[in-house]
Amino acid sequence: MINLQPYENPQYFFYLLIGLLPIIIGMLYQKRFRWYESLFSLVFLFLIFDGSKISQGIAIIGYTVYETLVTWWYCHYRTKENSKNKTGVFILAVFLAILPLIFVKFTPLFVDGKASIFGFLGISYLTFKVAGMIMEMRDGSIKEFHLVKFLQFLLFFPTISSGPIDRYRRFIKDYDRVPTQEQYLGLLQKGVHNIMLGFFYKFVLGYFFGTVLLPNIEHLAMLSRHNFLGLSWPLVGVMYTYSMYLFFDFAGYSLFAVGISYMMGIETPINFNKPFLSWNIKEFWNRWHMTLSFWFRDYIYMRFVFFMMKHKIIKSRITLANLGYLVLFLIMGIWHGETWFYIVYGIFHASVMILTDAWIRYKRKHKGWFPSNKFTHVMSVVLTFHVVCFSFLIFSGFLNQLWFGIR
Amino acid sequence: MDDVRTTVLDILTDLTGSDEVKENPDMNLFESGLLDSMGTVQLLLELQSQLGVDAPVSEFDRSEWATPNKIIAKVESMK
Repeated sequence: MINLQPYENPQYFFYLLIGLLPIIIGMLYQKRFRWYESLFSLVFLFLIFDGSKISQGIAIIGYTVYETLVTWWYCHYRTKENSKNKTGVFILAVFLAILPLIFVKFTPLFVDGKASIFGFLGISYLTFKVAGMIMEMRDGSIKEFHLVKFLQFLLFFPTISSGPIDRYRRFIKDYDRVPTQEQYLGLLQKGVHNIMLGFFYKFVLGYFFGTVLLPNIEHLAMLSRHNFLGLSWPLVGVMYTYSMYLFFDFAGYSLFAVGISYMMGIETPINFNKPFLSWNIKEFWNRWHMTLSFWFRDYIYMRFVFFMMKHKIIKSRITLANLGYLVLFLIMGIWHGETWFYIVYGIFHASVMILTDAWIRYKRKHKGWFPSNKFTHVMSVVLTFHVVCFSFLIFSGFLNQLWFGIR
Repeated sequence: MDDVRTTVLDILTDLTGSDEVKENPDMNLFESGLLDSMGTVQLLLELQSQLGVDAPVSEFDRSEWATPNKIIAKVESMK
């Protein structure tokens, strides 16, 4: 049976293009063939989850039914007359929405490293979308539950495997409208450009760094593993090579997802905006895996800080901001997986954020002490780049292999 | 309506610790680093207590709230 994993190889794009043709032609004549769009999405979803992946296919169907019921129930509760909008009900709804993800994420920890039978490709990203919707229903920003639109949003196939994570209200605005011919030609052009750039990133640069270079350098670094902490020049090489691989592979994938979305008339938000030109770590998180970091910022950090401030649980603004960073990055670390290196990665980023804030406060207090010019800007960019690459070395898990021999 | 303007600018001056917001009400608060998520939450809470404007986090979109003038316009539309 044919099974096609999204954007796995260049052939995939050939099949995609055939499927997309009627959509593109229709859009050029300002028509959205909604039934065809749905059919196209279903076929490509089927091709991800059929054959040897059939157990994942069953899991995603069960998951979709479950999340539909949770979202429908909470929306019903929030929109009925005189809804009390109780905090307890809200917390229950969020908990129910993320329960499948918690279950899938923690199964390997308790069952001998085995993956959960309830898991499937993209479960995290789908869960982020649903949890975001529930929080916006709590705030009264999403006021209705529309089954078809909900499913279109949840299962939008170009972004199903790894995002970018869209927002319901933003997605529906695009979904409900048909772009003018001029707008669509612009989207089409941008879409093709993204896909071409994505090819270069993922299949040329990502392949070079990840498949050609990385295994050799890792091998060299392993030869020096008896040094103090395994430190060696090849290890430094692993750090930069892995960082380049991570960026080009993931940015390439994201460009594909955004590009295909554009062709379907949906302006999925971008995920990367020249992250290695960031001048501090706060700016880095505004430019790296943006839809994930904005999700954590809007739905975890800001809500956590808002709650703590409103109820005056922590008075000091600085303590609260720092605590917020720790909460955010610890959750992000654990979400990546329950291993020491993901958790250390989270704590490392939280610490750098806290130090950066302290430095910004210090500079503001002592205005005129520090020069600010092109040279200092370049120095900041260089410093940030190295700090980020170091964090990716932790993230890569290579240290686990180097120090403990665990792959 | 001038009332809203003064109040918002006072809140922003207080939060950013800088008079720049009054001198240049079209500056981008986020790009300049004057306001971050923490500052945003404080802004929303101050708007609530001082002006009675109830702006939940869901309604906060950085691009729509980017400059002092945009914030004033937003607040006036929500009053």
